[in-house]
Amino acid sequence: MDLLIFQAPILMVQASLDGILLGILFALIAYGMALQWGVMNIINIAQGDLVILGGYIAYTMYLVGIHPAWGVIVSPIIMYFVGWGLYKLVINKVVDRDLFISILATFGIAIVFQQLMNFIFGADVVVAQSEYGTTMLFDNSVTLPNSKIFAAFISVIYAIGLVIYMRRSKLGRAIRATAQNARAAKILGVDTEKVYAATFGINAALCGVAGALISITLTLHPYVGLPYTVRSFMIVIVAGLGNLPAVALSGMGLGLFEEFADYILGTEFRIGAVFMLLVFILVYRRFKLSKKREYLK
Amino acid sequence: MNKLVKLFTIFISAITLTLASISSSFAKVEGEYIVLGSAISLTGKYSSNGVHTQNGYNMAVERINKMGGVNVGGKSYKFEIIYYDDESNPKRAAQLAERLIKQDGVHYMLGPYSSGLTKAIAPVTEKYKIPMVEANGASRSLFTKGYKYLFAVLSPANQYLEVAIDLAVEKNGGKPVRIAQAFEQDAFSQDVRLGILDAAKRTGSKIIIDDKLPKELNDMAATLAKVKATKPDVLVVSGHTKGALTAIRQISEMKVDVPMLAMTHCDAAKLSKQHGKNSEYALCASQWHKNLSYKDKFFGGGKKYDKDFKKEFGYAPPYQSAESSAALLVFKDAFERANSFDRDKVRDALKATDMQTFYGNIKFGPGGQNVAKPMILFQVRCKGDTCENKVVAPTKWASDKFYHPIPKWSERS
Repeated sequence: MDLLIFQAPILMVQASLDGILLGILFALIAYGMALQWGVMNIINIAQGDLVILGGYIAYTMYLVGIHPAWGVIVSPIIMYFVGWGLYKLVINKVVDRDLFISILATFGIAIVFQQLMNFIFGADVVVAQSEYGTTMLFDNSVTLPNSKIFAAFISVIYAIGLVIYMRRSKLGRAIRATAQNARAAKILGVDTEKVYAATFGINAALCGVAGALISITLTLHPYVGLPYTVRSFMIVIVAGLGNLPAVALSGMGLGLFEEFADYILGTEFRIGAVFMLLVFILVYRRFKLSKKREYLK
Repeated sequence: MNKLVKLFTIFISAITLTLASISSSFAKVEGEYIVLGSAISLTGKYSSNGVHTQNGYNMAVERINKMGGVNVGGKSYKFEIIYYDDESNPKRAAQLAERLIKQDGVHYMLGPYSSGLTKAIAPVTEKYKIPMVEANGASRSLFTKGYKYLFAVLSPANQYLEVAIDLAVEKNGGKPVRIAQAFEQDAFSQDVRLGILDAAKRTGSKIIIDDKLPKELNDMAATLAKVKATKPDVLVVSGHTKGALTAIRQISEMKVDVPMLAMTHCDAAKLSKQHGKNSEYALCASQWHKNLSYKDKFFGGGKKYDKDFKKEFGYAPPYQSAESSAALLVFKDAFERANSFDRDKVRDALKATDMQTFYGNIKFGPGGQNVAKPMILFQVRCKGDTCENKVVAPTKWASDKFYHPIPKWSERS
């Protein structure tokens, strides 16, 4: 138990801002996961590895002398095709099977991606430099890296863009229809195969954006994908499928919770605290569901 | 059906027999070759350091063989190493160690990369009484288990940053300092932490922040905000390359001012290259540096090793390669002193090792750790945009003066 945060209340501001900025970034990854989980009923274990691959694309640009921030445009384009190709190669064979098969398949993809990235980019931890500087608030007692602000800003733009796209465009409507009822959508003339491929592509593209942002805010390594998968899985569990505002809120909420757990319980319990919260939420949901069933009986 | 079972039995026994005959054909010493075995991470998350280790071994094998080999019983032998890829996986490493010993008949082992993998292999080599000289497992727990066949040429992990605390106290006019520390939760980093705790106790210093970073964590903002609020005299960070890179990135972004910053893994993280000026003044623990004045007749000194290694492999040798090369010098020396291939005689000779190599003096303590070599500290210093690691402690080898305190971010250009 550490009371530092109560002795120096300015730390609360720092913790809140750090938590929210990071939470928004995680929410973007989680949104991709929620989207394809909702549409295709696939839990993508390779989500985090797609993120890291997106990050390596931005890092490669940085190596050849292009500012890594351009990665937020280049990386999703490349990653869209990676996702699309993955769908055509593997996912289309497991899309209507049970959840277990798809988890196994994406787990396999995750391993292949990790090894490939290790092979191509090496096992060293790398970072791309954005040189964006720092924003100081409250007489320098609160510092916010501009790269984190940039990351949150870009995440919000992509999220809003995606919502509009899903509402307005034909493909967006087809995706939503397929999510509601794939069979009915098929009968009404929606090419669900195409919709699935596009959904997986969009998810990968979102991972690409997040990856590019992570390359300038955090660090990259071929084997650090799993924490991102787990984090986005948790956000989706808390928020439910197909509900963007809830995903954004739950992302920020988890970010905040994590930061405060760090200050109050200690860093070693930071991730443990989040898992405890997850257990509580799952138990609570189960409790609510069981009440519902009683009513139906 | 019965026939089938019989056939199957015959088939299996035939295979077993073949395998048995193969395994006996590989012996500890084959013709003029002394066969050593090593499971090493050529793929997986330790693959870059695994390759550094392998290059170090290979370089020494080639050099020793070229310069007359190993003289045992009046006859000259050459080294040869059987490598297997352990995929950076401890379970696999232990299996491969069994395979090296039981199937390939290896009687002498070289260590893998990292403390974790060495920990996985050590029980196996102990069980079969196989002497193992390792160069990349620094965890203190390796040396407290009473292993009799394990010898490490490197200094144990708890010594990595102890010197830094002494240095901080010295700069503080001999008065105790306030320490903030953040360590990853793995065997190695926690051992480094134990070293700091000892040093703090010895100097009467106070630890005001003691964060343990989860392995998955790649964000230290909370720890650094605490550091900013409490203003310690020293900040100590250890979390492999990821920890080093994350720390420098966020310290520079959050403009955290500390008079002294001590870390591990700076050279493995290529800190001065990846973060440039932002990494300036960071103090780093290292097992070896090319500027040290140790000498041996195989590699000459550190500078010559550096040059030869560059020529052979195309990059400057990290300390992981240097210590791996030293492991073979130790083996050669022990074989010659034992003047026999008897495993226990070789083990006793290893135990009595007291020699100087280009990498440092080597003498094994009761637990098998090297007690003759101090850790060194270097500091990242920049001239213009190029940054370099300069040795600052111990003073005997210091090429530059230790810069203290670190200037505030507002005064840095």
